[in-house]
Amino acid sequence: MRVFVPGDSASISIGADEVATKIAQIDSSLTIVRNGSRGALWLETLVEVETANGRIAYGPVTAADVQSLFDADFLNGGAHPLACGKTDEIPWLASQERITFARVGIIDPLSLEEYDQHGGLVGLRNALKLTSEAIINEVTESGLRGRGGAGFPAGIKWKTVAQTTSDQKYICCNADEGDSGTFADRMLIEGDPFTLIEGMTIAGVAVGATEGIVYLRSEYPFAISILQKAIELAREFGWLGTSVLGSTYAFDIQIRVGAGSYVCGEETAMLESIEGKRGVVRAKPPLPAIEGLFGQPTIINNVLTLSTVPMVLAQGAPAYKARGVGRSLGTQVFQLGGNIARGGIVEKAFGVTLKELLETYGGGTYSQKPFRAVQIGGPLGAYFSTEQLDTSMDYESLIAAGGMLGHGGVVVFDDTVDLAVQAKFAMEFCAIESCGKCTPCRIGSTRGAETIDLIIKGVRVDENKKLLLDLCEVMTDGSLCAMGGLTPMPVKSAMVNFPSDFIGATK
Amino acid sequence: MKYSQWSQDAARLLLATLRDEKGPVLMALQLMQKEFGYVNPECVPLIANYFNKSRADVHGVLTFYHDLRTTPPGEHQISICAAEACQAMGARALVTAVKAKFADEVIDSYCFGNCALGPAVMVDGKLIGRATLAKIEQARA
Repeated sequence: MRVFVPGDSASISIGADEVATKIAQIDSSLTIVRNGSRGALWLETLVEVETANGRIAYGPVTAADVQSLFDADFLNGGAHPLACGKTDEIPWLASQERITFARVGIIDPLSLEEYDQHGGLVGLRNALKLTSEAIINEVTESGLRGRGGAGFPAGIKWKTVAQTTSDQKYICCNADEGDSGTFADRMLIEGDPFTLIEGMTIAGVAVGATEGIVYLRSEYPFAISILQKAIELAREFGWLGTSVLGSTYAFDIQIRVGAGSYVCGEETAMLESIEGKRGVVRAKPPLPAIEGLFGQPTIINNVLTLSTVPMVLAQGAPAYKARGVGRSLGTQVFQLGGNIARGGIVEKAFGVTLKELLETYGGGTYSQKPFRAVQIGGPLGAYFSTEQLDTSMDYESLIAAGGMLGHGGVVVFDDTVDLAVQAKFAMEFCAIESCGKCTPCRIGSTRGAETIDLIIKGVRVDENKKLLLDLCEVMTDGSLCAMGGLTPMPVKSAMVNFPSDFIGATK
Repeated sequence: MKYSQWSQDAARLLLATLRDEKGPVLMALQLMQKEFGYVNPECVPLIANYFNKSRADVHGVLTFYHDLRTTPPGEHQISICAAEACQAMGARALVTAVKAKFADEVIDSYCFGNCALGPAVMVDGKLIGRATLAKIEQARA
């Protein structure tokens, strides 16, 4: 009999290992599968039992609850205060549209057999029968855009690399998920690493690249070890190596580990870092698609972008683009974090409203105090107020509302938050993480933090606010990359949407 | 965490494993830290010579990345996430409380990808969700 206890690092962080150990102690005949997390992190540790009627869930379970689960005959779906019914019928999960995350939490992350049974490798096998042009057309047709934050159409990037002649091309997966409030890359790698490997292999076949590199951050040690094991299994299986699944294509993947630098998530700084150098941003042009890693044509895509490709090739572009709104097609993996009652992964078609994410899924704040602010798209994203809850969550609507989608992180704050302090932090973070290449970013960030400090202390408030806005304009217009260029976004949005926090000491 | 005693000979043997890597300097520094717990300043000329780089190149990489340290670590390392999602769950107060007790062990970090179960803290490589001072004390015991 199989019992599922997530082995995802978020689940482990609140005691999943202890739960698994306790279950094994009480009944050693059980097969305990360490699956990925279903994404309902508020229910972790979510223990599932495989019964004839499907998987039955209990959560959130702690080691102290385990004995009572056995007493309640949970192995046969017995009643218990923590019982959630059939996992597939939990409304929070059942109402989602899981495409990129279709297998996460369901399969054993390191079982190629289960991967195959759940639709894995269909996309790659289809791709191997197609021409390079046909694969790229399918990706372009699907409308898939870069999920790292820039939202550039994936197919167009791939086409540029395919059309550039070179002896060596690279597929670089950006897994330097540094944005606070984002964890989808980590959960996908920990819960379904073969999907990423499949997406990268398809990209390699499509553009004629034989080497793939995953730049994975050092803060994710568990994801590093799972992905390393998955790569080795794929090699043994004859998937990665000199002949991809028996074809004439060669493709292999190597992991390069980051070293705690946020700016290395910027694609050109990432290339420098993979080359073993300081993570200093490069000027564009040349585009990485033409002169990228070690000067060669390089596809750089985010984990979620590459992990969506297998589905596009398996089910076809029309199935993918049937979802979404306007030019934001398909689904987005939203990540609900911060002060939220029901945080985790919500994969929905673009166009879901902020209100639906925060209320229907999020269930209000964790502290049960009134919700006040939400930051969308990481540390460089805008702070939204309660008056903007009807905003549609898609690339264009968020830009129109003065923000950006970024990597899909949604961070909630209750009414104890002081937006002037948050704005100051945005500048401080930029000062710490700036690569130092551009003056507006390197020096402007420190001057910005000082100026906001003066506003907080009530020193010449109006004058300093004007100065701060001027500085923001210089940073936006005068920085090479998004680090300096977008740091003004959280600052300005905080000033515009929460003016009462910027009136100085009298507030 | 247990680390090997620093020795140039051991370091050279480790560097040999990276001989065929492209762009090996950062990897080399990370390997030194993994093995010895820190990057001994003697590594700079050693890596420079081994991979035919200038000492300035190696020093530049060593000083750019937050992860790399040039002094031996203490017995415990407590990394506390100080980014927004954890701030929303009281990370600022937690940082102050932990620093008051274990000032030498605390490293400011940004994001372990545990943003729905904050504050997130890593104690000696083990991730802790919904972290409190008590949980941190228990983990380092």
